[in-house]
Amino acid sequence: MRHTIAVLVENEFGVLSRVVGLFSGRGFNIDSLTVAPTNDEALSRITLVTRGDEQIIEQITKQLNKLIDVIKVIDFEPEHAIEREMVLVKVSAEDQSRAEVLRIADIFRAKVIDVTPKSYTLEATGAPAKVSAMVELLRPLGLKELVSTGPVVIGRGAKAWKG
Amino acid sequence: MKLNGARILLECLKREGVDTIFGYPGGTVINLYDELFSFKEIRHILPRHEQAGVHAADGYARATGKVGVAIATSGPGATNTITGIATAYMDSIPMVIITGQVPTALIGNDAFQEADIIGITRPCTKHNFLVKDVKDLATIMKKAFYIARTGRPGPVLVDLPKDVQIAQTEFHYPESVEIRGYKPTVEGHPKQIEKAVAMIMQAKKPVIYVGGGVILANAAAELVAVAKRLGIPVTTTLMGLGAYPENDPHSLGLLGMHGTYYANMAVSHCDMLIAIGARFDDRVTGKIASFAPHAKIVHVDVDPTSIKKNVRVDLPIVGDVRDVLQKMLKVADEIGPDAKACEAALAPWIAEIDEWKKKHPMTYKQSTSVIKPQYVIQRLRALSDPDAIVATDVGQHQMWTAQFFGFTAPRTLLSSGGLGTMGFGLPAAMGAQAGFPDRQVMVVCGDGGFQMNMQELATIVQNRLNVKIVILNNNFLGMVRQWQELFFDKRYSSTCMELPIDFIKLAEAFGATGLQATKVEEVDEVIKKGFATDGPVLMEFKVAREEKVLPMVPAGASLTEMVLAS
Ligand SMILES: Cc1cc2nc3c(=O)[nH]c(=O)nc-3n(C[C@H](O)[C@H](O)[C@H](O)COP(=O)(O)OP(=O)(O)OC[C@H]3O[C@@H](n4cnc5c(N)ncnc54)[C@H](O)[C@@H]3O)c2cc1C
Ligand SMILES: Cc1ncc(C[n+]2csc(CCOP(=O)(O)OP(=O)(O)O)c2C)c(N)n1
Ligand SMILES: [Mg+2]
Repeated sequence: MRHTIAVLVENEFGVLSRVVGLFSGRGFNIDSLTVAPTNDEALSRITLVTRGDEQIIEQITKQLNKLIDVIKVIDFEPEHAIEREMVLVKVSAEDQSRAEVLRIADIFRAKVIDVTPKSYTLEATGAPAKVSAMVELLRPLGLKELVSTGPVVIGRGAKAWKG
Repeated sequence: MKLNGARILLECLKREGVDTIFGYPGGTVINLYDELFSFKEIRHILPRHEQAGVHAADGYARATGKVGVAIATSGPGATNTITGIATAYMDSIPMVIITGQVPTALIGNDAFQEADIIGITRPCTKHNFLVKDVKDLATIMKKAFYIARTGRPGPVLVDLPKDVQIAQTEFHYPESVEIRGYKPTVEGHPKQIEKAVAMIMQAKKPVIYVGGGVILANAAAELVAVAKRLGIPVTTTLMGLGAYPENDPHSLGLLGMHGTYYANMAVSHCDMLIAIGARFDDRVTGKIASFAPHAKIVHVDVDPTSIKKNVRVDLPIVGDVRDVLQKMLKVADEIGPDAKACEAALAPWIAEIDEWKKKHPMTYKQSTSVIKPQYVIQRLRALSDPDAIVATDVGQHQMWTAQFFGFTAPRTLLSSGGLGTMGFGLPAAMGAQAGFPDRQVMVVCGDGGFQMNMQELATIVQNRLNVKIVILNNNFLGMVRQWQELFFDKRYSSTCMELPIDFIKLAEAFGATGLQATKVEEVDEVIKKGFATDGPVLMEFKVAREEKVLPMVPAGASLTEMVLAS
């Protein structure tokens, strides 16, 4: 099962390597990981996507909580959370495919951020499933380069989630 | 008044109640050692290798229950501590390790004797700190000790650059610390505890499975009280030995790979397993799928990651075992039948266990022609003080000590269980003796492991530490040889030590006394003489070379599939 886990950590040197080291040392998967400071600059928030059965996910959250610099861990349930990621994609666009790329970009409300006679570079934001649907449509047209932020996640509703 | 960082560090140690430290000087701690020169409140012991210094601090911590402290210089000094730190980490031993570091301005420059010790020790410390500003030093030290000794204990490393030792600031030692990401759950949940006691009282075949957590929590007395109150037999892990007196009729001794027949049978047939401060290690469970197959499992542990890591648990209780056991006792009195009734209810189960005890007691085949290692262990028990402390190294001799010594008090067995570090025993005994100058301290070593830290004979003699060293000499890396005998057709690849060492001369070269027994009749004589001789004594016993540690559950087999002694 895919899980998106948010980890609130002290914004201190070495914290990211503690988190990453935990995953590599214990053989847990990381599909993606993003990190940046929060509105409280003493804190950073990591969003990571991992996979595993119930027992593994339980160990992952417990092990994360055990790190001294980790303040909070939330394993978000999909229905209670909103996930977004951003991708930048460079696609070949020559002759007839130029129009097709733009049509797809339009459908997914992606922005064209760079144009050459041979390519378009698109910026798209959205739920991971939506973004990957766009990428799959672009792939046969000649996907040259893809870069993604990986998802970030926030809980639904008025309740905020601070340190 | 302003103090320099080096002095502040020592003031912090003093305020944490530290009276003995083990350390080795070098360029990046020379300022610290200069302060130490005139700082009389702390005894500093100079080991002959930083690894041994850390093991000594570890042995000191295991024996006394206090936080062990070790110092090393940057680079090679720091990297030499790794095995010691990893050993303590695996067994959850509270320690603070202080390493020197190159000046802050040079960090990252591949400076002389620079090593990224924070990076290197990240996976084998509970936490570590790099002190970048002398103003943070006192708070970091307070945090280091707090983290090391609370919750699930463990080693904490503080990396102290040379310029921070020289820089000056006002010294204030904080009264308390607040770490928002670190709030160990000490108090067990009352509802869970009530549920657990009710469940336990329903059981017809309960077993208590005790681990090192009971010793770390200083909860042996509470354990005995609960076990007696409920009438339940107790088995312990290697790390739990001594938490429950092995001379008690309800003691089942060690369980697991080299555990007793009756402990492994009891665990395999019980309907209720109460795990207290134990972590279901693979040496204990054997094949997970057939471990305690009929049992409901209650698991008490201060570290949530220990719970449900390897086995399913029916009722978890997160908390300090001492707190939980005290509450269990209260609940038992409130809701349950009295102790007599509990005992009566379990009589058939106890009878079943007694049958197993009778059928296959812990035993070995005595010999008249050659010294059996198990016999030496039994005689050591018989001829030593009741409160003697026994350190072990790692190998067959370690298992024989665990099986045949008969531990009756907590903190009397000091052994590297989790990492299984050869070379641990001698320095650990040295640390324990430094903590208890007046108690009898011995170490049981193999001929192999002894040689991994034998340079510490010098430290022991120099500091007049009265350690009694027992070498069970089979001239083999015996434990590995046993596996080669059983699973590799006796192909003894690199396990025969070939070179016979004159251990008596070796002891004498360091200024210790050396004794040797080669015949069964000499065993008592040597032990008596060894214990009666003042100062460090090395007692070498030439033992049966191809003796095996039995029972043995082959790796990956179920606990019931034991290879037995007879
Ligand atoms: C050659 C060799 C053979 C071995 N064979 C065996 C064998 O046959 N049988 C055996 O048992 N072991 C054996 N061992 C040792 C084994 O490897 C493990 O070290 C041992 O089984 C672990 O013991 P434990 O479960 O008590 O855990 P420990 O490592 O002692 O862990 C303690 C547990 O208690 C918890 N804890 C700590 N403090 C507290 C507190 N205050 N309150 C609550 N919980 C707390 C911790 O979180 C942890 O989960 C062998 C080792 C070697 C080297
Ligand atoms: C540092 C280290 N290296 C290797 C091992 C693997 N090992 C475990 S027991 C053992 C043999 C120990 O031999 P000895 O000290 O003579 O004790 P014996 O088993 O003969 O009693 C070895 C090599 C280890 N545990 N630790
Ligand atoms: Mg040997």
